Amino acid sequence: MISVSHLSKVYKNDSVETMALDDVSFEIKKGEFVAIMGPSGSGKSTLMHILGALDSPTSGDYILDGQNVSKLSDDTLAQIRNKKIGFIFQAFNLLPRTSALKNVMLPMVYAGVGRQRREEKAKQALIDVGLGDRLDHTPAQLSGGQQQRVAIARSLINDPAIILADEPTGNIASAQAGEIMKIFEKLNDAGHTIIMITHEPDISAHAKRVITIKDGKVVGDRKNGHLGTRS
Amino acid sequence: MDIWELVLECFSTLTLNKMRTGLAVLGIVIGIGSVIALVSLGTSSQKSIENQIQSLGANLLTVIPSGQNTGSVRGALGGGTSLTLDDAKALSLANLPTVKLVSPEFSRRSQVTAGGNNTNTQITGATSVYASVHKTALASGVFISDSDQTSVGKVAVLGPQTAIDLFGETLDPIGQSIRVNNQVLRVIGVTVAKGGTGFNNPDDAIYVPLSTAQKLLFGANYLSTIAVEAQSQEVMTEAQNAIGYFLLARHRLADPSEADFTIFSQNDILNTAAQVTGTFTTLLGGIAAISLLVGGIGIMNIMLVTVTERTREIGLRKALGAKKGLITAQFLIEAVILTLAGGVVGMVVGIIISYILSLVLSTPFVISPPSVILAIGVSAVIGIVFGWYPARQASRLQPIEALRYE
Repeated sequence: MISVSHLSKVYKNDSVETMALDDVSFEIKKGEFVAIMGPSGSGKSTLMHILGALDSPTSGDYILDGQNVSKLSDDTLAQIRNKKIGFIFQAFNLLPRTSALKNVMLPMVYAGVGRQRREEKAKQALIDVGLGDRLDHTPAQLSGGQQQRVAIARSLINDPAIILADEPTGNIASAQAGEIMKIFEKLNDAGHTIIMITHEPDISAHAKRVITIKDGKVVGDRKNGHLGTRS
Repeated sequence: MDIWELVLECFSTLTLNKMRTGLAVLGIVIGIGSVIALVSLGTSSQKSIENQIQSLGANLLTVIPSGQNTGSVRGALGGGTSLTLDDAKALSLANLPTVKLVSPEFSRRSQVTAGGNNTNTQITGATSVYASVHKTALASGVFISDSDQTSVGKVAVLGPQTAIDLFGETLDPIGQSIRVNNQVLRVIGVTVAKGGTGFNNPDDAIYVPLSTAQKLLFGANYLSTIAVEAQSQEVMTEAQNAIGYFLLARHRLADPSEADFTIFSQNDILNTAAQVTGTFTTLLGGIAAISLLVGGIGIMNIMLVTVTERTREIGLRKALGAKKGLITAQFLIEAVILTLAGGVVGMVVGIIISYILSLVLSTPFVISPPSVILAIGVSAVIGIVFGWYPARQASRLQPIEALRYE
């Protein structure tokens, strides 16, 4: 499903070169729930951007769903983000002053789905995350947890190959964070591949596999099943 | 996403910040409005001048004496004494095929009194032909007749303005007396208003028999003007030449450069007037176009602010799969909606202003369809030109940079 081999990313700032990723390789299979952990500055955000086709690696290959994504044009990358990747951001990133329904419909608009089908699917997706009674609410009228659930509905709407979550509970009260993680587990049980970036151990405990990154290198890769945190 | 949906979405974005949208549109409204109003003002004043010149008589040629040379000093144009009533009579009797009517005239400004009122106005000595050549109609009474001319009659016809100046609005001037140069004249008619201003205002004039003007009032034996009506518009130039050669021969002059008279055709005057008002219209339009340009820059400024403000939104849209072209289109359409809305409102405002101007200045109300279509087209083009740069800036934003933007 995902194959990353010898991935490096170098940022050049004036004459100073910063190695954000240094020869990173791993594979993620369909149906996995992976947490990528590491302290801030470890390069996990850079990895997330490359996995999300928001950025290109300096060297190495990234193969997503059988397609090499390392070197493609901006518009092709946009298409891949639209069809194959479902984004969930720490800051939710919903369109302000726009209803939950319209926010969820947005990726389908760019995928060219017809208006009626779009509305039906978006409604169903919001009902699935428990927001069937909040269709016309704008982000300002929703709590953090509710906003993130709208974002989850949005990420799923084009049936992506992977769901990419960047600190999904970072801006949410801990009571609601548990609900969000339950949704993730349910999605994973339904067969969705989930990659989640986090620095919180108790959040990463919900994942089945944890990849640890430090100074741009993979320093740990372990199965999580034995911990028994999942019911 | 079809274009109509994009337009609808842009509309809803624009209505979110009504104050800013309104102010951005205002620049274009003022620009387009002033272009339409000022160009209309130019064309209508051109039209009104043409109408006025036409109303002075159709197919009119005016012969005036050249300035006379006294030694090396050349006198003022029209100040000469080279034209006489005999010239006019001969010209009339010559039966030139291109000439219809010949009107000998003598004009001079003079003080006029009636009762306690007095005014300074143009006294024109005319014959019965004058009314026909100059399209002068009578509101009441009669015009100067041939017998008035032969009998050196002490009669006068007043322009409507002069009648009011001398007798007020209520008193009927017919049968009243006026005094010019110690001669008492009886008013026999008042002409219909033609509408005019300035020194040669046909409404502010007094007509007396030519013989009376020459012998009784001013003691002159020459003419100030011979007005000639040509047979038709087409033979104006021919008539001008024929009259020129006839008078040269009569004055025994061989070379046209020695001519002691000058012939103006109404076309010359019309052309000059058209040229002047045309320049005037272009000037006004140019000034208005500058305000339109300023309006366009205003739109560009607003769009650049919008792009900066919505950096996160643009980043999100790109992350969710919006292609460059779509982002460009979105911002370009927003700009074009702004300018088109401004164009349509500006057009309405411009038409209303030109209508009010035409009422105030009592000029004809002229709106040329091309100027309206052009204004709308120009406003759309301004949207594209000034919206293009901000739209391109938006489409070039990198999604990660844009998402990080606070």
